[in-house]
Amino acid sequence: MRLPCPICGERDRREFYYKGDALALDRPAGDADGGVWDDYLHNRDNLAGVVRELWHHAGGCGAWIVVTRDTVTHEVHGAERVGKAKA
Amino acid sequence: MAKLIETTPCAGLLPLSIGGVNIHEINLGQVTLVAPYAGGAKATSDALKAAIGVTFPKPNRTNGAGPRAIWCGLDQALIVGGACPDLPQAAVVDHSDAWAVVRIEGAEAEAVLARLVPADLRASVFKRGHTVRTMLVHMNVGITRVGASAFEVMAMRSMAGTLVHDLEQAAKGVAARALI
Ligand SMILES: [Zn+2]
Repeated sequence: MRLPCPICGERDRREFYYKGDALALDRPAGDADGGVWDDYLHNRDNLAGVVRELWHHAGGCGAWIVVTRDTVTHEVHGAERVGKAKA
Repeated sequence: MAKLIETTPCAGLLPLSIGGVNIHEINLGQVTLVAPYAGGAKATSDALKAAIGVTFPKPNRTNGAGPRAIWCGLDQALIVGGACPDLPQAAVVDHSDAWAVVRIEGAEAEAVLARLVPADLRASVFKRGHTVRTMLVHMNVGITRVGASAFEVMAMRSMAGTLVHDLEQAAKGVAARALI
């Protein structure tokens, strides 16, 4: 698998560290309900299909990116820098 | 005061000449990491241009031939081959002696690096002055093409032994295949 780093270009999967669902960017307010925090910290949908995930280009430029890809077809649809990405 | 002896990162390890490649150590002299603050990219690039004649490089690129600016990560570059000017719009860190830098050149240099590096370094896509932050086996490195069949490979100084070991093993492998 190759991922399209918005900084470096298309690069081998070995250069990237996988974090998980990009939901992690959508941090709740400090006084949010316990259930909201529970969902944020622990609960993830196990999707078959298009997913948005956080990857770190640890072996490259060092940017955190959000990759949109399909876990069924293995198609990679695109990536954008965290900070520029919507949670 | 004790008399201190300067030792380069690859002292005693290089040079090597194996099959179609030669590997020797490069001393870049003063090395300075420059990381512009948010909003400071243009002011930093302009100040570099005015002082040493090179602009801040775009990703995967180097600028200059005497003093050089080598892109080395997100909003970061290394200034080598000369002193770095005062840059009020950037974080500036002295990296002299922090890097082990080797030059690998020869007809088989591309083939040797292809065994170690997951990035495309072929001459058709990776031209002189192009640079890449990538991995050499499991080690973070910067690789710059400096000639038709010559590359500069930079790793952290503490990894000098591993860098030379990996390059030597790959060069021996390529040389052995050529004999079959
Ligand atoms: Zn990158």
